Amino acid sequence: MLLDVGLFVRNIISRRLSVAFFVLAVCVFAVAAASQAPQQSSAAPAGQQSPASPNAALPAAVAAGLNIVVLDPAHGGTDLGARGTGGIHESDIVLEFAAQVRTALEAQGFQVVQTRQGNANPSFDDRSAMANAQRGAIFITVHIASTGTPGTARVYVMNDMAAGVDATGLIPWDRAQAPFVSLSRKLGDQVQGLLAQRFKGSPANVQTASVRQLRTTAAPAIAVEISSVTVEDRAQLDHMAPGVADAIARGAAAFRPTYVVPANPGERP
Amino acid sequence: MILPRWRWWFLAALFLAVVIAAIYLPILRRNIKQAAKLQQRTEEQARRELTQPTVINPADPKVKAKLYWASGADDGTVSAVTVDLPLSNEPVLRAKQVLNTLLAGPVDTELRTLPPDAALLAFYLLPDGTAIADFSEALATSIPSGIESEQMAVDSIAKTLEANVPQVRRLKILIHGQETETLAGHLDLSQAFVVNAVAPRAAADVSGAPASTSAAQQLTPADTAVKLAAIPNSASTKP
Repeated sequence: MLLDVGLFVRNIISRRLSVAFFVLAVCVFAVAAASQAPQQSSAAPAGQQSPASPNAALPAAVAAGLNIVVLDPAHGGTDLGARGTGGIHESDIVLEFAAQVRTALEAQGFQVVQTRQGNANPSFDDRSAMANAQRGAIFITVHIASTGTPGTARVYVMNDMAAGVDATGLIPWDRAQAPFVSLSRKLGDQVQGLLAQRFKGSPANVQTASVRQLRTTAAPAIAVEISSVTVEDRAQLDHMAPGVADAIARGAAAFRPTYVVPANPGERP
Repeated sequence: MILPRWRWWFLAALFLAVVIAAIYLPILRRNIKQAAKLQQRTEEQARRELTQPTVINPADPKVKAKLYWASGADDGTVSAVTVDLPLSNEPVLRAKQVLNTLLAGPVDTELRTLPPDAALLAFYLLPDGTAIADFSEALATSIPSGIESEQMAVDSIAKTLEANVPQVRRLKILIHGQETETLAGHLDLSQAFVVNAVAPRAAADVSGAPASTSAAQQLTPADTAVKLAAIPNSASTKP
């Protein structure tokens, strides 16, 4: 009988041990998987200089002069951006807008590089790096607001920034936009003027805002924000896309002759 | 095989224990979850209680405080509303008083620039004039996402501080004690904003007209200027 009890206890212990080993193995696997994930989404190259981040996957500038537009459909992935009550998500709509903007820009002879094609969410720095690695590029980030009069569109540029220079003469990454602010304003005014003609109620001139995406971009850079995700019917926004695409493309084309492209990517204009 | 009687009792007791455990386990789990939630809530409450004793003191001298809410023109601008408030002369307390009044919102709730559930958790003023305003997470999570709405929120905070607390030169916004990259996906919070860039400008605000014209200079990210102070050539160009 004592033997039986011993056997009973031993059985239980061995079963518990096997369960414990199984749980341990699952935990080890989960930890390994989790530690790989953040490496893939590594961002923020702290203290990085803009010319030092060439992205090998991007097409190089083919000829001198402004011929590349880096087009940025904002947000993506788990970041849905602005959300309307009707289930409208900024991250989805900007992708559709970007497709039309791209076609319009290509019709104007621009080569277009998109910061994301699908539902990915590159970091702010990754998106800026795509523009900073180019020579003769402008950067346009497309947003849908959750405020503002529906059917209007606004263009934003960065506020004036102190243009820092370090010992190497390169533009510091965290103030990459500083030397380009006045050029960005010229580009923004061109696009805003055309948007105001097309969409009544839109401001006549470009506005300033501390947009995070623009700060680290070493190129003439604007943010275009369309109002808004609060519309009842998504078709209202879809109807705006051709007009927005046309205004951006014609604005960029009008800006082209005024921009003397720096000799190297990331260099001062 | 006939089991001795005590063994039956033993097995029955074990079975009973298993049944009781099976019933008790979900209850226990629910209790643990509730306790965790309660703890979170009380932490937030405790923090609010600690950081909210900045009630308006009626003994303080009444001044015409300028609070910046939406102008109502639906163009992303903020405008000053003059409110008679007893404000302390001590800058940190004064800043807390005006920011709490700003958070409480205007009479017309449509003109709100900050979410109603957002709270000021802490406010510090460094000797160099850098103000650190720590807001609860609701400021970032409840604000309508977008460049226009986020810029209005920051404008209203910065301009209100500028108009009422002259000691503040720069403003750094934290969310629940943490530095964040953006407010709600658009506006840059990683840098400080310049406040009171142009020294005393009391006369400019009297009319209460939309004050968007000076926004570009005032809300320039500022830590650049702070860092550059060491480099004479570039620092000299910045006011």
